[in-house]
Amino acid sequence: MPEIRLSQPKPQSEPPPPAGKNTTEASKVSPSAIRKFLLSRGNSAMADRSFQYLMSLCAFSIFGIVILIFVELIGRSQMAWNEFHFKFFYKIYVDSFSHSFLFWDPVNSHFSALPFIYGTLVSSFLALALAVPLAVGVAVFLTEMCPGILRGPLAFLTELLAAIPSIVYGLWAMYVLVPLLREHVNPLLISSLGWTGFFTDDNPTGLGFVAAAIILAIMILPIISSLTREVMTAVPHSQREAVLALGATRWEMIRMGVLRNARIGIVGGIILGLGRALGETMAVTMVIGNSPEIHKSLLSNGSSMAAVIANEFAEATSDMHRSALIEIGLALFIVTVIVNALARLLVWAVTRGAPADAH
Amino acid sequence: MRTEFKLRASFRAFTDHAATALAVLSTLLVVTPLVVIFGYLIFKGFSSLNFAFFTKVPVPVGETGGGMANAIVGSAVLLGLASLIGIPLGIGGGIYLAEFGRGTKMAYAIRFTADVLNGVPSIVMGLAAFSLVVVPQGHFSAMAGGVALGIMMVPTVCRTTEEMLLMVPHAIREAALGLGVPNWRSVLSITVKTASPGIITGCMLAFARVAGETAPLLFTALGNQFWSTSLNEPIAALPLQIYVYALSPYDDWHRLAWAGALVLIVLIVLSVSLVRYVTSRGVLKGNS
Repeated sequence: MPEIRLSQPKPQSEPPPPAGKNTTEASKVSPSAIRKFLLSRGNSAMADRSFQYLMSLCAFSIFGIVILIFVELIGRSQMAWNEFHFKFFYKIYVDSFSHSFLFWDPVNSHFSALPFIYGTLVSSFLALALAVPLAVGVAVFLTEMCPGILRGPLAFLTELLAAIPSIVYGLWAMYVLVPLLREHVNPLLISSLGWTGFFTDDNPTGLGFVAAAIILAIMILPIISSLTREVMTAVPHSQREAVLALGATRWEMIRMGVLRNARIGIVGGIILGLGRALGETMAVTMVIGNSPEIHKSLLSNGSSMAAVIANEFAEATSDMHRSALIEIGLALFIVTVIVNALARLLVWAVTRGAPADAH
Repeated sequence: MRTEFKLRASFRAFTDHAATALAVLSTLLVVTPLVVIFGYLIFKGFSSLNFAFFTKVPVPVGETGGGMANAIVGSAVLLGLASLIGIPLGIGGGIYLAEFGRGTKMAYAIRFTADVLNGVPSIVMGLAAFSLVVVPQGHFSAMAGGVALGIMMVPTVCRTTEEMLLMVPHAIREAALGLGVPNWRSVLSITVKTASPGIITGCMLAFARVAGETAPLLFTALGNQFWSTSLNEPIAALPLQIYVYALSPYDDWHRLAWAGALVLIVLIVLSVSLVRYVTSRGVLKGNS
């Protein structure tokens, strides 16, 4: 390796006082001043590499966390899995005395996740049905119609809706929403839609699927609307201008130029909202009624996968009970991972161009 | 022919107006619950918030008064522990994504996993922390709660750190490297330092998010009616206490639950507003 030497003439590069000292050093063919300085600072290759490894380690810890959760949940739910296998998710017990259906009775070791799966699906999809039209409406208003002054504050307000913790939603739902439903909304639903069989007058508490779905809808609205807004703003302006130039009204422009182009991303946003609704725990636990039964009526009490874990885990009666609850948690984990992965791929496909680049 | 055209035109105009009206209506319907929730919370919370709330521990059933001092301190302990776990891991991951793994398949995979992890229900995080910490330890503890919350912070911190680092202009990095600064030093004292306002607000966002989490604490930190700051014992937390009090049949406890919810919300709204201020005013853009 060649020596680094001072290219300038020595008298100019060095200050006058230590000149004599330097000439003696140079005669002994020692490393130049810059080389010595660099060597005294040490070699950074080692430090650079270990820094990079450290940072990669932090990044890989995210994989580690997911794998760890997965492995732990599988390990702890082994007992229930060995006992029931897939029957755990659809088994129906029949009570020997009353001949009525029975699903979940930990004391008599009856374990079936069916009512919880039913409750989770019913409350989530009902919430989606309520939230999606509203969320798309808000996104359309904010991106296409809203006057500039209102846009910022309104977007901020909907974001704020996403930041409120679920326990506060639950508290509000318990003391404001449920009484409101009980006194005013449920009687109306029963009298007008009772003939469908979905709204029967057998639950005077006001708790149940409808209450859970309304609070869930309020909670997932900001997620869906902010993602919809994101994909709608990603639609190029030339699309809008082209449709307008053909003589379309504003709504026709939004429908043909914007919503059509953004539809994959909107579906992604909806699926992401679904993922959030499936796993939402506290607010649902507080208003769904927590009884492991299956009723056709949407006004009756039910329970959800997350709610039963929240309610029973800390006071589980037996190891099998605990294991069964962890198995419900594992199912919830797998389902939400799939739902979220799907949603992310759809959103990326729209906002970043080619879907092939998404992973 | 002419009348048909006119009819069509008026129908189209009508559809346009109807769509506009529906969009406005849905926006109003979305803003209403927010205003109602906030209004009710402020009305209920303020009337029951007092000095004792911040200084006293809960009193036994039947007595009035008492506060949530232990829950506030407990929440602080849990969040401190969570930050110790979540923030270094998250920032490190973000640095990797923005500085070393840019454009690689591995970085895509990590980003994707972080986004998916972000969507995993908090109750599942609680189950994982239960199996990881509570079962080996043999009892509920503050440690387990901190681990659960810490894991939840990682993806949020990681993604915001990455986004903020990507906003730092390349010229700054090149200037530092051109002066002979080692890469690690350039990343830490130039890039990260430039992006630090954004990274700090990202951490606050993650902090605010886990501050309100109840589900992962139900069977890790468990809650405690008494004063405790030990990491090896069950500890009280504000959201847990709100949950317990909300489900209780006593009016006085309901009052405390509303006050607790107000405190939680004020904390969260403050940090979210700060995040919005930093990202919209472009604190970072001043450097470019």
